[in-house]
Parts: sequence; structure tokens; C-alpha cells
Amino acid sequence: MGGAGSPRLGCVLRIDRATYDAIVAHAREDHPDEACGVVAGPEGSDRPERFIPMLNAARSPTFYEFDSADLLRLYREMDDRDEEPVVVYHSHTATEAYPSRTDIGLAAEPNAHYVLVSTRHHGEQTGLAGDEVEFRSFRIVDGVVTEEDVEVVESYLFGHSPTTVVYD
Amino acid sequence: MAIEVRIPTILRTHTGGSKTVQGSGDTLAALVDDLDAKHPGLKNRLVTEEGKLHRFVNVYVNDEDVRFTGALDTQVKDGDSVTILPAVAGG
Ligand SMILES: [Zn+2]
Repeated sequence: MGGAGSPRLGCVLRIDRATYDAIVAHAREDHPDEACGVVAGPEGSDRPERFIPMLNAARSPTFYEFDSADLLRLYREMDDRDEEPVVVYHSHTATEAYPSRTDIGLAAEPNAHYVLVSTRHHGEQTGLAGDEVEFRSFRIVDGVVTEEDVEVVESYLFGHSPTTVVYD
Repeated sequence: MAIEVRIPTILRTHTGGSKTVQGSGDTLAALVDDLDAKHPGLKNRLVTEEGKLHRFVNVYVNDEDVRFTGALDTQVKDGDSVTILPAVAGG
């Protein structure tokens, strides 16, 4: 995956196959409008576990914005579950999967992996590798964009310690 | 009693890492001034030079987006809960 520019050592988005596919499917579905959403995970875990597609309130091929009431509900819910947005994703439908100036200016989650998906070639049936949807991941901190590797794992359940149930 | 204000991750550099701070005021504008006195720089992140809320910062008073209740003129009182959330948006 990687792409142009060498990702920083140790900087990687590790994401399970089902979530990866769900993000791509959402982007294809909403094409030519931009699709957006988050994948939440336990605070500090860096594990994107809960896929939450969001409505693009702008319904636009060049802009996305979570609806303001949805945004509040989402953050309230993550708060209640001790989660954070591990991945914030959106699609570009006519340009490459790289953060735009607007994306960089508005990025407000320094701990998140910003996933960019491009569906610009998804309608072309060329039979070549080029008709794949592009999927790239970035950190955006203080206006600085750092691309990172994307590692798709089969499932997060492997290697987990047994689930413990806490009653409070 | 005071007004409880929830601070998003990106603004916690102004609050020493606190997720929640307390403030007071009769309007959102007064509350923001009070918060800025205790947590310098916060106002700049919320309000433009023209004195309006930033387009891509959402502020809610008791779950109501203040864009629909008078923006910075929105009335607040002790016991209210205010939530600040940067928009999740881009191009
Ligand atoms: Zn974008």
C-alpha cells in the first residue's frame, strides 16, 4: 500500500478486513457524493473496532460535513463507551485519495487516522489494477500531513485477551 | 453551581488536559470570555475576529446547537451543560 512518500517508521493503520470493506462499500454507494464516517475504538487502544457510517449533510461531490445533531450524538455515545474516533474517513470522488487543503485546515482529531478513499476510477471497467478504489491513511496534526502504511488484518479477535465483563 | 463545559481533545491544550471545565455568564459570549480568562487562547479558537462563532466549531447548550438559538447571544445559566465540538468536515 504505502504510496508516494515514505511513511514514518512504526506509523501504521491496522484495520480488519470487514471494516476496510465496509468503508470502501460506503464510498462506492455514495459516489459521486463524498461519503464519510468514523471507526470508533477503545480510548488509547488505536484499534478501529466499531464502524459508524455518517450522513454527509452537505450531500456534495466536493465537500463533506457530519450533521450537527448527529455529531453530538456520536461523541456523546463514544464518551459513554470510553471510545474515541480511531479512524475518520471520507471519500474523494474525482481526485486522488490525499487530504485537500480544506481537509488539512479542518482536521481536529490529532489522534485519529484520517482515511481517504478515492472512487474516481471505480466506475471504469478496465480490468486493470487502476479500477480499484484507492485507500490511504494519514495523520494530520497542526497542518502537517504524514502518510502511513495500511495493514489489513483478518480479524481483531485474534490475539485478544479473553473478554471480561465488568458490572458497575 | 456553575456551567459545565465539555472541551474537545484538540482544545485541551488550553485547559491543561481537562475534558471538562466550569464557567459562568448570562450569555454564551460572556461564558466564553470567562473561560478565556481562566484558559487563555480558548476564545480565539471559538470566535472569529469579527466576533462570530467559527463556522466549523459547533457549540451546544443542553444538546441544542446554538446556531438555532442565537449563537453567542444564547442565554445560559447555572446548571446548564455546554458542549464544544469541532465540525468533522472537509473537501
Ligand atoms: Zn477530502
